[in-house]
Amino acid sequence: MAPRNTSLAPSPEAAEDEAALDVPERDRMRSLLPAVETERRIDDWGRSERIEGVFDATLVEFFYRYWFRCEVEGVENVPADGGALLVSNHAGALPPDAAMIGKAIRDEHPQPRPLYMTVEHFFKGYPGFSALLPKIGCVPAHPANVHRLLYDEGQLVLVFPEGRKGTEKLVKDRYKVQRFGRGGFVEAAMRAEAKLVPVCVVGAEEAAPVFARSKLLQKATGLLYFPLTPTFPWLGPAGMLGYLPAKFRIRFLEPIDTTLMGAEPAEDKALVQSVAQEVRARIQENLHEMVSRRKSVWLG
Amino acid sequence: MSAGVEVIAERPERRRVLITGLSSYWGGRLAQALEAFAEIEAIVGVDSRDPTRELERTEFVKVSNQHALIQRIVRAARIDTVIDARLVVDSITTSRQRAHESNVIGTMNLLAACAGEGSPVRKFIFKSSAHVYGSAQTDPAFFTETMARSSPASNPIERDVAEAEASVIDFATKQRNVDVTVLRCANVLGPDVNTSFSKLFALPLIPMIAGFDPRLQFVHEDDVVHALEHAAVHRLPGVYNVGADGVLALSEIIGLLGKRPLPVLPPWGTGVLTSPLRALGVQIPPEMQSLMRFGRGIDNRRYKASGFEYGYTTREAVRAFSEHLRLQPILRGVESSYTYEGEVERFLRRSPLTRQPEERDRRTSGTEQEPFGI
Repeated sequence: MAPRNTSLAPSPEAAEDEAALDVPERDRMRSLLPAVETERRIDDWGRSERIEGVFDATLVEFFYRYWFRCEVEGVENVPADGGALLVSNHAGALPPDAAMIGKAIRDEHPQPRPLYMTVEHFFKGYPGFSALLPKIGCVPAHPANVHRLLYDEGQLVLVFPEGRKGTEKLVKDRYKVQRFGRGGFVEAAMRAEAKLVPVCVVGAEEAAPVFARSKLLQKATGLLYFPLTPTFPWLGPAGMLGYLPAKFRIRFLEPIDTTLMGAEPAEDKALVQSVAQEVRARIQENLHEMVSRRKSVWLG
Repeated sequence: MSAGVEVIAERPERRRVLITGLSSYWGGRLAQALEAFAEIEAIVGVDSRDPTRELERTEFVKVSNQHALIQRIVRAARIDTVIDARLVVDSITTSRQRAHESNVIGTMNLLAACAGEGSPVRKFIFKSSAHVYGSAQTDPAFFTETMARSSPASNPIERDVAEAEASVIDFATKQRNVDVTVLRCANVLGPDVNTSFSKLFALPLIPMIAGFDPRLQFVHEDDVVHALEHAAVHRLPGVYNVGADGVLALSEIIGLLGKRPLPVLPPWGTGVLTSPLRALGVQIPPEMQSLMRFGRGIDNRRYKASGFEYGYTTREAVRAFSEHLRLQPILRGVESSYTYEGEVERFLRRSPLTRQPEERDRRTSGTEQEPFGI
């Protein structure tokens, strides 16, 4: 028996009606979103102002200011309002790049706003990560979550389209941007009529270099992958945070407006693929330029 | 989507309603609520047990899940609206077999009784549960009505709910002249309704699965009654989620209750530990175990768009429940218990000596005249 959770009497007309909602109807659905209860310090995604604040003032602040000495370019390319999907390159064991991008927006942007970081579903099922990650602004990378954040709530969302191919890549492959999935992130932005903001991060790939991966230990711990880094697993779980003090540079590129791509661009698979390739190419090109101008990995 | 909302009260004809599970908490509350509507001419309640709430004009018929008998009642009383408030969504309230009997076989029989040539039924309201969505690692943070669950149901209650709902949807596609409304209710919280969560939250220390802090959404018991009432008086064919605004982390709920968390349940092999815990008085049924790990949120906007307004947010429902927990030791034993006396009810409704409900004065709610008015 297959449970059918579709709406009653599913008919093609009904599906069309849903797609052809006019703008006032959309605004109405947005206005029906639960109101913010000011007494609460956790939002409906599980993000905790208090816990995030503690992290932000201590660990993230330390890494951002003193350890990685982050330098930020083009932060004004992050829109001040409305939904926007930030797309970044990704590397390193327990990558510090997401937290640094969030911190850059919080500290450098004229109108700072929270950044929701998408993570693999895996973390929701792993004890510890499952309780902690939502508190600091991570949401599972489900298309429906990204859509609600971008379209209904008009938030900033960060995705790493390289996914595990990025975090798993070894130090010898640094700054080689991997394949961008199947372009799902472009479709998500198009459906949500959100802007795409490519982001380049230099430094993360040296800060947590992965020299090798252990299949055996990965199986034994049930983790997604088991990296061998200068400090992990030799220093225990805390070794995950044993970043090398590489100099970080974060560059936000000009936003790409998906609303200018005609009606229902997400249905045009060729367009989706070419936009995905374009975003990847722009990130790769900027990374090459940033790495070529860098005199030292550690001093910048 | 919401364009079809039309108040039935505007129609000239008078309504005749059948409520199943009259003796359950929901059936009783709903009958009490519907008695106040003048346009509802008749309310018939069926159940296999005696009613547990005092009812003024609802007619009670004691009958089990026999579709032939229910069909005779439906046709004889020219019932146009059937409200099925009988679904068992919590395995602590009854045995697994009885829950299955009521949920799957009972729904099937009731639908059979409402179908067929010449059936007077034009509207069928089914109280379902957000259990149809399940609770899994790969779930979206907010289920909308069009989303399917991410993995097959793995426990009896979720399977039953899914099966019962599937048969209702099958009924809806075949009986085109019947408006079918399905209300998928989130977990209920409130002073009077007895659920696994209300039991858990009444404990002095609240057990959690170590390393997990699920996002949970509730709906206050009064809002569920109002939601059923809203569906009864409006024309709302379709599936709707019913859950209060706000999804709270379990740790946040424990804070609101003024209690302490006890993260002692092991993340692996949680199921093995549930039987020794039951001996200690802590019941964590299977459908709750996944919720204690992954939680669940539902998007409630579709029902709100139909004009429904919630009285409580999830946070307010938790606070109301916490106030009830504090009062409970004082109120214990004081609550008046109502026992159904068939003879008395018959006398009140049938005897020419008694005034019939229509003639009685409308109940004035709340404010009594102050004897020493200021």
